[in-house]
Amino acid sequence: MQILEGEGVTKYFGGLAAVSQVDFNVDQGEVVGLIGPNGAGKTTLFNLISGALVLKSGVIRFKGEKITGLKPHQICRKGVARTFQEVKVFTNMPVLQNVLLGSLFGTSTAMSSTDATREATELLEFVGLSAVGVAPAKDLTLANQKRLEVARALATKPELLLLDELMAGLNPTEVAEAMELVARIRDKGITVFVIEHVMKAIMGICNRIMVLHHGEKIAEGTPQEIASSKTVIEVYLGE
Amino acid sequence: MDITALTSKKSLVPGLIAVILVILLATSPLYVPAYWVIRLTAILMYIIITVSWVIFSGPTGYMSLASAAFFGIGVYTSAVLGEALPLPVVIGIGGLICFCLALLVGAATLRLRGIYFAIFTFGLAELIKHVLLWWEIHVTGTRGRFVITVDNTTVFYVILLIFVVALLTAYFIRHSKYGAALRSIGENEEAAAHAGINVTMVKVITFAISAVFIGAAGAIMATRWTYVEPYYAFNPLYSFMPVLMAIFGGMGQLYGPILGATVFTYLEEELITRIPELYMIIFGIILIVAILYLPNGLVGLIQKWRKGGSVEQNADT
Repeated sequence: MQILEGEGVTKYFGGLAAVSQVDFNVDQGEVVGLIGPNGAGKTTLFNLISGALVLKSGVIRFKGEKITGLKPHQICRKGVARTFQEVKVFTNMPVLQNVLLGSLFGTSTAMSSTDATREATELLEFVGLSAVGVAPAKDLTLANQKRLEVARALATKPELLLLDELMAGLNPTEVAEAMELVARIRDKGITVFVIEHVMKAIMGICNRIMVLHHGEKIAEGTPQEIASSKTVIEVYLGE
Repeated sequence: MDITALTSKKSLVPGLIAVILVILLATSPLYVPAYWVIRLTAILMYIIITVSWVIFSGPTGYMSLASAAFFGIGVYTSAVLGEALPLPVVIGIGGLICFCLALLVGAATLRLRGIYFAIFTFGLAELIKHVLLWWEIHVTGTRGRFVITVDNTTVFYVILLIFVVALLTAYFIRHSKYGAALRSIGENEEAAAHAGINVTMVKVITFAISAVFIGAAGAIMATRWTYVEPYYAFNPLYSFMPVLMAIFGGMGQLYGPILGATVFTYLEEELITRIPELYMIIFGIILIVAILYLPNGLVGLIQKWRKGGSVEQNADT
C-alpha cells in the first residue's frame, strides 16, 4: 500500500525550478532513499512534503489523503514527522523536554502529561540518550543532537519519518550506529524516507532509491540498479 | 500540565512569599501614608505592564513595542465610557478591546520576525495616537478628554487585583505546556511547527492575553489623571519601559520582571524628586551597567549569589 505519493510536484525559487514535475511514491514499511548532487532539490522536496514550503503545482497525498496546502503542524499531526539537515533542536531546553514537546503537541490525539513524559522517557531510551535527559540540548555532541531530533520526531507518533541527512558530519562509528537506529525505526513499523550523501549507508539500509538531478527525477530502483545505472554515474562523476 | 515539576519541586516557598506579599500589599492602605499608596499603585502598574510584556515577548523573543497602544486604548476606554458605565465594566471593556485588537494585529503581523515586528508594533501605537488626534481635531473639535475620577484607595485595590490576576496568568502559562511551546518558538520556530505546535495560534492567543492586563491597567490609571489626551495616553515610554524593566530584572524567572519594575519605578521617583537635573543621566548609566555586567539581569545576580559565587558549570556530555 502506498503511504506517500506525489504527482507532478513542482516548486520554483524565482525563475529557477528547484523541483520540477516529480512523481514519487513510498510504500508502507519501506525505507526509501533520496539521493542526488548538491542543489538537486532533495531538501526542497522534503520541505514540500512536510509543509515548510508550499508547492506551485502538483499534489502530494499521505495515505490517500491530499496534504498539500496544510500547515506543518497539521501534517505532523497526520503522521508525517521529519528531521532537519542542519540540526534544529531547542538548545536551551533539557533533552527530555525537547522530546516531550513532540508528545504533547505532535500526536493526533491529546495525551496526559504523565503519559507524554513516560513516552518521551522511553523514546530517549530508544535512541540511547537516557543518561543525558536533564542536560540542555546544546551540551550534546552533533551525533547525539541528531538522535534527539529523531526522538522528538518519533514522539509525534509518525507513520512516515523523513530523515534529512542523518549521517552528515558523523564519524564512521556514529554512522554505523545511526544505520542501526534507522533499522530499528523500520522494525517499529514506521516507513522511512531518507536523504543521504553517505553512499555506504544508503546502499545498506534502503529498499529502493530515487535520484534527483536539477530538480528532476532521473532514476529510481533498487540499490544495485542505482549503483550500476549509467545516468546516475554520469551525474555524479561527470561524463 | 506541570512540565517543570521535572526540574523543580521547590515551588512552595516562593508561592508562600507571594501570598504574604499580596496580603501585606492588600492591607497596606491601613497603615502606610496615603502618599505611599499612590507610589505603590505606580509600581504595581509598571509591574503589570512588564509582566504582561514578558508573558509573550520573554519566551518567544518577539519584541513587542505595542504596550503603549494597549495602555492608551485602556485609558481612552475609561475616558469615553467612564461616565456611562460602572468602573468594573469599563475596565473589562478596556481589556476586551485590547484582546481583540491584539488578536487582529497578531494574526496579521506575527509572521514578521525580529526588528520588523518591533517596528510594526511601535508604529501601531503611533498610528492609533495620531488617528485619535485627527479625530479630536476634525470630528469632536476638542483636545483631550476629562475622566471621571476615582479615589486613590479604590484605584490601588483595582490595580492590585489586576496585578494578582496577571501574575497568576503568567505563572500558569509559564508552567503549562503552552509555556514550553512558547519557548520552543523562541528557540526555533520552524522546528516547533514541525513538532506539531500550531505556532500561529499559540503566538496570537498569548499576545492577546498579554494585552488584556495592559489595557485594564490603562483603564483604571486614567481615573487618576482627570484629564487625558493622546500624547499622555499613548506615551511611547509605556512601550519602552517594560522592555528595559524586564531586561534589568531578568526574564529567566517570573520574579525578575517584578523586581526590575519595582526597582526601576522606585528609582525613577526618587531621582525625579531629589535630583531631577541628573535623573536621566543616572538612569542611563544604570542601564548601561546592567546590560554590560548583568546579562541575565537582577535574577542572574541573585542566582549567582545563591550558588555561593560559583560560576555556572555545565556538564560535559
